Amino acid sequence: MSGQGYQGKKNIPRITSDRLLIKGAIIVNDDQSFCADIYMEDGHIKQIGENLIVPGGVKTIDAHGRMLMPGGIDVHTRFQMPDRGMTSVDDFYQGTRAALAGGTTMIIDHVVPEPGVSLLSAFEQWREWADSKSCCDYSLHVDITEWHKGVQEEMEALVKDHGVNSFLVYLAYKGVFQLADSQVYEVFSVIRDLGAIAQVHAENGDIVAEEQRRILEQGITGPEGHVLSRPEEVEAEAINRSVTVANQTNCPLYVTKVMSKSAADVIAQARKKGTVVYGEPITASLGTDGSHYWSKNWAKAAAFITSPPLSPDPTTPDYLSSLLSCGDLQVTGSAHCTFNTAQRAVGKDDFTLIPEGTNGTEERMSLIWDKCVVTGKMDENQFVAVTSTNAAKIFNLYPRKGRIAVGSDADLVLWDPDVTKIISAKSHNSNVEYNIFEGVEVRGAPLVVISQGKIVLEEGNLHTTEGCGRFVGRKPFSDYVYKRIKARSRLAELRGVPRGLYDGPVCEVSVTPKTMTPASSAKSSPAKQAVAGAQPVRNLHQSGFSLSGAQVDDNLPRRNTQRIVEPPGGRANITSLG
Amino acid sequence: MAERKLLPRDSDDEGSLLSRLGTDSPKPRVKFGGMFCNVEGAYENKTLNFESSTSPTDGSTSPTDSSTSPTDGSTTDRLIIKGGKIVNDDQSFYADIYVEDGTIKQIGENLLVPGGVKTVDAYGHIVIPGGIDVNTSLQTSQLGMSPSDDFYHGTKAALAGGTTMIIDHVVPEPGASLLGAYDQWKDIADRGSCCDYSLHMDITRWHDGLFEEMESLVKNKGVNSFLIFMAYKDKFQSSDSQMYEMFGIIRDLGAIAQVHAENGDIIDEEQKRLLELGITGPEGHVLCHPEEVETEAVYRAITIAKQANCPLYITKVMSKSAADVIAKARKKGMVVYGEPITASLGTDGSHYWSKNWAKAAAFVMSPPLSPDPSTPDYLNSLLSCGDLQVTASGHSTFSTAQKAVGKDNFTLIPEGTNGIEERLAIVWEKAVATGKMDENEFVAVTSTNAAKLFNLYPRKGRIAVGSDADIVIWNPKETKTISAATHALTVEINIFEGMEVRGAPVVVISQGKIVLEGGKLNVTEGSGRFVPRKAYPDFIYKRIKARSKMADARGVPRGNYDGPVHDVISMTKSVPATPSSRGPQCPGKGPLGPTRNLHQSGFTLSGTQIDDHIPRRSAQRIVAPPGGRSNITSLS
Repeated sequence: MSGQGYQGKKNIPRITSDRLLIKGAIIVNDDQSFCADIYMEDGHIKQIGENLIVPGGVKTIDAHGRMLMPGGIDVHTRFQMPDRGMTSVDDFYQGTRAALAGGTTMIIDHVVPEPGVSLLSAFEQWREWADSKSCCDYSLHVDITEWHKGVQEEMEALVKDHGVNSFLVYLAYKGVFQLADSQVYEVFSVIRDLGAIAQVHAENGDIVAEEQRRILEQGITGPEGHVLSRPEEVEAEAINRSVTVANQTNCPLYVTKVMSKSAADVIAQARKKGTVVYGEPITASLGTDGSHYWSKNWAKAAAFITSPPLSPDPTTPDYLSSLLSCGDLQVTGSAHCTFNTAQRAVGKDDFTLIPEGTNGTEERMSLIWDKCVVTGKMDENQFVAVTSTNAAKIFNLYPRKGRIAVGSDADLVLWDPDVTKIISAKSHNSNVEYNIFEGVEVRGAPLVVISQGKIVLEEGNLHTTEGCGRFVGRKPFSDYVYKRIKARSRLAELRGVPRGLYDGPVCEVSVTPKTMTPASSAKSSPAKQAVAGAQPVRNLHQSGFSLSGAQVDDNLPRRNTQRIVEPPGGRANITSLG
Repeated sequence: MAERKLLPRDSDDEGSLLSRLGTDSPKPRVKFGGMFCNVEGAYENKTLNFESSTSPTDGSTSPTDSSTSPTDGSTTDRLIIKGGKIVNDDQSFYADIYVEDGTIKQIGENLLVPGGVKTVDAYGHIVIPGGIDVNTSLQTSQLGMSPSDDFYHGTKAALAGGTTMIIDHVVPEPGASLLGAYDQWKDIADRGSCCDYSLHMDITRWHDGLFEEMESLVKNKGVNSFLIFMAYKDKFQSSDSQMYEMFGIIRDLGAIAQVHAENGDIIDEEQKRLLELGITGPEGHVLCHPEEVETEAVYRAITIAKQANCPLYITKVMSKSAADVIAKARKKGMVVYGEPITASLGTDGSHYWSKNWAKAAAFVMSPPLSPDPSTPDYLNSLLSCGDLQVTASGHSTFSTAQKAVGKDNFTLIPEGTNGIEERLAIVWEKAVATGKMDENEFVAVTSTNAAKLFNLYPRKGRIAVGSDADIVIWNPKETKTISAATHALTVEINIFEGMEVRGAPVVVISQGKIVLEGGKLNVTEGSGRFVPRKAYPDFIYKRIKARSKMADARGVPRGNYDGPVHDVISMTKSVPATPSSRGPQCPGKGPLGPTRNLHQSGFTLSGTQIDDHIPRRSAQRIVAPPGGRSNITSLS
């Protein structure tokens, strides 16, 4: 990385001025690239153009025609993630530092409330951790780990007062985080009403639990058991299911961690049918594959453990980067959640106990550049879209983040497409002792990274300040997502058929309560609600006649004409079937 | 076919007679590579051991003695069918058929038969194996109401339409004994059924105790198929993990897993929502059972079946997207079969919006008919190209008065449509008359494939010496209009009302007796025999067995990890649910893999420890062992 640094002056170790001028850069947004100078002040971009008039004494960086892009947004991190009393080794300081080193200037972390803990208090806890440690701007997703009415109120509070517009539900982790389909349906309905985005961790937890049991019974206890118990189909199935539920509830869906070809295919197909669904491949799935689970080195094999697992199919990274390039997948995250080998070794005799997560926040931009742009699958504008702009649009950060424009935050990356680098645990900024991309050679790396208008990476040196990261609140009803959802809501109103009243014979079902107890209890409650609700067509039907006292068929909906099996004068013409 | 030789008329030497078949028969149409290619050895040896295939427990209710009783001379046991073109699933040829004692004794030209045999003239018609309707519910009551077509009326209608065997679903009350329900169904069917029948068993509530009942049903009662419901929440619905368990058991028993595929959770929520919106008519039924909900469940069932390596059979394929999922899964090599039904092949769901409540309600069934009017055509195409394999009727009819129980709430409308009588005619009209399939494929989807899948072949589903004499003489040219006024059912609405179909049975022979001739039905209540089905049907289990052998997962033999292990004393405190649910502890305590044996030490902690539930960790707390880390954990 050192060979061809920028030509700026090296007089003072670090200028902490808030004013900065970048000259001669190609500014790359997701829609176009153009040559211009850019001037920023107070953490915002103030001017873009040529021959800018700027105050004297401003620090100037000469870009020499290199690309200047909006800083990356890593939409999926789990820094400082607690797991059974252990904490992932990269906390908000180490994690965001690594992110900045790789050209990512904003992260969105996941709040994981333990079941039984309120969402709000978990959210506050994460805010506290991040505020004190984060070196770059951040925002928070909140995971729904259990479902009851109280959660709904908390979600409302989070959306309205705390700047959260995305919630993750788990279809896996049976008995811990997993929600049933009907709960997912309810959560999605609430999310849609709040204008937020539903995220899913998509794996069929029921099957996974059964497979884990089977594989442990077979005596397989090593990390390969993890991938054997979570086959690709289980991921694809869960995505298919969540797409179905999201379609029914007209809720926008965001699938985190797309790890396999078939899972990506399901998303691509759903998009073709018009579902509002987004897919997020992660650094690991784009950069490596699951063959390492069979490594003879336990520590290495365990380092790759994540859920859904990396696919053992070695063509997966290529396939996913193709789909990312053609727009079938839209956003990239890292799902950065690292545990060191001693922590992983908790599961050395039982793979189900190995804490899950891989690194990737630092490598994300370089890997995508190497896999997609260098190979010609996408151009630099698409690169900006998948690493930054799309994420900003979906999560309603745009155009404050994800774009180089006057008024946007000064989160910028000066990209060097020519530099070559070998990823290694020796040189990375993460705390973990094993890097899953160890030895991978990537072309393309950030030369200068500017976060909040300050230079944080220059000449390979990181200048981060612990705790300077700000929480960025996100408003609901993101335009990018909700325009379509709103239009569909208007269209989707269902209408009943106005019919004449059925006044033919009605069969008697007095035996019902005896034979079908569970059925009638489950099915009659909605019926009662319906009777209470407005029924314009049916009003003609209501008569003043009532049976006094409790009747044997009180649990059934009103049937004024019952028992007239063969009415005098023959059947009424409404039931004639000619 | 003119050079066909005479078969020697020596009925007691059946073995040698059958052994000639290979040389005498016309050349079979070879369909290499297809799912339903020819039976291996079908032309060499067709010895049918009926003694062993009848139910081993109760041989007393032997089928033949019940058939000896009825009336007199006209319904003789001996028949000769002359001049017809015999159509099997693999070939067609011209020959006469001689039938005696309910089985086919000879096939050929210029047969030598005893005198006084009744001759059935089949000139200009085709002679096909009687249809097999694999999905009927003639006895399943809903909300305490029995269907309007019981075993007698249902099988009578079946015979009128050219179907000579049905497989009915036994639906035990949730929690009730499977064997009890089986006995009840068998008893009712034995008394009512006019044609041979068999039984599927539906699992309405899973618990471990059912395993023994399932085993006994498969081993002693001749049941080799079990249906699991993914819909009907809080009533019949099974969860994914229950399905996984059942699929595992079904595979071990050599049976076939059937699923009613709809996502019950979503339906339940949608029903609530629609009723709240004030939609109470039959259109609410289809609105709350959207196509995707069916598709999703089919997809999920296939995923689980793949994991459990269990053959899967999807009942009632009602929509295009559901059929697509099956077709795609088959392309990936899954052992999965799809069953469109008469209703989905013949009509669509636009009628749910009919202004006539009674008519709209008559179409109510689950999964519902798709409102997309191109569905029947699409399903017929997939049926013709082999992506779907079997047709059934899903017949379960309720009178208008019974349906009217749900006149103010569509969720209470009893579900089910007719189709048992119209099935063959509709498939002929929609698929053969339009040129999508030929007559052989018609036989395959209406009869042979079902017989193969459910292990009835070649006793049923084929016209061959030794097979049951369930034969239909089919007139492809006859035109008929379906109407409730003329059908053999008791229900007052026919969902195919007014539809004109080409193709109709002229003569139907069941158990060697003519039951339909000259437009007249002549059935005998209770003459139907129970046909037991053995486990491990070849057509399905050959592949499953091969895969079971392949599918053994193998662990990686590694050196022991003896590096530092992080301390997790607080583990139990922080997330109590995790260890128990993410993986059972027992395997960790059980026998360890071969490589791990080195690891066992004689050292034990006495008494119970706080971390007893965590698998053995002999190296714990050595975060930085003296002498540095051992090389097995070095990461370069």
